Amino acid sequence: MYRYDEFDHQLVTERVEQFRKQVDRRLAGKLTEDQFKPLRLMNGLYLQLHAYMLRVNVPYGVLSARQLRKLADIARRYDRGYGHFTTRQNIQYNWVSLADTPDILADLATVEMNAMQSSGNCVRNITADPFAGRARDEIEDPRVWCELIRQYSILNPEFAYLPRKFKIAVTGAPNDRAAVGVHDIGLRMHHDADGRPGFEVLVGGGQGRTPVIGKTIRDWIEPEEILAYIEAILRVYNLHGRRDNLYKARIKILVNALGIDKFREMVDAEWEAIRGQGLTVPEAEQARIAQYFRPPAWASLRDIDAELELQATADPAFGAWLNSNVSAHKAPGYAIVSLSLKAPGREPGDLSADKMDAVATLADLYSLGELRVTHRQNLVLPDVRQADLKELFRELVSLELATPNIGLLTDMIACPGLDYCALANARSIPVAQDISRHFTAVDKLQEIGALSINISGCMNACGHHHVGNIGILGVDKKGKEFFQITLGGASDQNATLGDRLGPGLPQAEVPGAIEAIVDTYLAQRESEQETFLATYRRVGIDPFKTAVYGEEPVRRVA
Amino acid sequence: MTQVLTANRLDDGRVVFLTPTGDWSPDLNDACTVSDDDAAQELSAVGALAEAACTVIGPYLIEVLEDEGQLQAAAIREAIRAAGPTVQAGQF
Ligand code: SF4
Repeated sequence: MYRYDEFDHQLVTERVEQFRKQVDRRLAGKLTEDQFKPLRLMNGLYLQLHAYMLRVNVPYGVLSARQLRKLADIARRYDRGYGHFTTRQNIQYNWVSLADTPDILADLATVEMNAMQSSGNCVRNITADPFAGRARDEIEDPRVWCELIRQYSILNPEFAYLPRKFKIAVTGAPNDRAAVGVHDIGLRMHHDADGRPGFEVLVGGGQGRTPVIGKTIRDWIEPEEILAYIEAILRVYNLHGRRDNLYKARIKILVNALGIDKFREMVDAEWEAIRGQGLTVPEAEQARIAQYFRPPAWASLRDIDAELELQATADPAFGAWLNSNVSAHKAPGYAIVSLSLKAPGREPGDLSADKMDAVATLADLYSLGELRVTHRQNLVLPDVRQADLKELFRELVSLELATPNIGLLTDMIACPGLDYCALANARSIPVAQDISRHFTAVDKLQEIGALSINISGCMNACGHHHVGNIGILGVDKKGKEFFQITLGGASDQNATLGDRLGPGLPQAEVPGAIEAIVDTYLAQRESEQETFLATYRRVGIDPFKTAVYGEEPVRRVA
Repeated sequence: MTQVLTANRLDDGRVVFLTPTGDWSPDLNDACTVSDDDAAQELSAVGALAEAACTVIGPYLIEVLEDEGQLQAAAIREAIRAAGPTVQAGQF
């Protein structure tokens, strides 16, 4: 993985010291909250319902065992012994104090981590396929480009005050595990006829109160030109994006207002002006960054499918886990293992410091010391020998991290919601807990198959509800929490927005409604291979409506 | 309508309530309650001073109900602020 060079070190260290002085001035009463707020936000520090919250970047979701140990140490020393992994592949601490924050940032710097630009109206953490560099279906490893974009965008003064936050995601695989379609800029890597890589660029995707699937603005950009092209987009947005209305400030609104063709024209004009100049990535620099992402020294092994099948037959629990939590690796004899942070009744994405330490140890023992964070709020061991899978499974079971539900109904995304978040309308976590307690039977989950449930506590959609196969949105109606269900959303290469099923339901009725939806799917599907999404797209929303609300939709409050 | 003044403490961000002695307590039951507009305005004025003095952040009035001698925030959001998350955080 990438290691800081002297410039990164200097930048991060100076930033910590600068923030330390700002915090001192704030604590001494020399800065008002209005003056201080933009400064703390630039360093990832929010004020939430109960306390300050610090959001730490995990660049494109790549983490070392050493870094995870430090994250555990921070959780223990400065927080309440746990952290929360987010849909931006980051980690949040919910209970930090202002006075401790500079020390936390200094601690993070010792393991080459930071919290810069994890909030505010700037380019946020670049997200990527959590299986980058490892997935068997991958065309190109996107991490080299993620790192270049990170370096380009971090503390870039021209883009420190964009109209609104700006999110970029990159995938190098045709199966999109990075939700690039719902990002301000989404990058998909392809090969040309000669097998050379390039980028398809999507723009104007996003969620929130005006969800939009990004549109392809260019179907081919040479890799060395990607920074210049991103800069052209950022410039057009920076100049023309709305600053008068918070809800209309994202790039998606600009792209929609202008139309993609006009927007493309403006970007192209800007691009032509800067093209071929300082932002063309020199080959030597590409090579320098690429060496950090060279494949590790995988042993020369062979796939052991037959042996695994035998083990799976002998131990069905292991078999179920293999089915859902283990993915194909590009090196023969290796596997990618997903650790589910969604055990029944747990808070999705939360992990205690002790378990972080245990996972770091497993990463060292079984996965060459590396981990990934997924935007679905799970962890990944990317380099596990297939021959070690059984043993690793046993270890993970004892840590409650082997729930065989990756990609299945209970692998839910849930934002912090009203239990933590100052902007929330309703609680997300208890809804997720209710659903996961309702659907515990592994057989049933596997029978239902691929199905994503995404839960947000308000219209800001941090829980990606618009693109969940089943989306759940918390709303406030006269001081009471209600939950609106959407169906048919997807965040993969065929991203779509969900359709609203009907009036909101009280929390207690949500698991029953999900069950009715699932039963309708099982009854309607043409074969076991037809996924929930495929069935929904074929039969439409009506049978699901009837299943949840009856023939005559009951009028409800929300 | 009975109201109390709440805010977040500057140094650790914790939820606090203004007490009758002008201190800030994390316990809702320590809060100074008021039931008319004039008294509510007085509380707000004390809050504004505390904010200017950088003791607390963003003071505002919330409605509370009294139940068997215990104060209870009327809105869910405020009840969660007063009592903490409704989930058993950090056990996993
Ligand atoms: S979706 Fe709303 S409630 Fe959930 S974390 Fe985002 S802002 Fe908070």
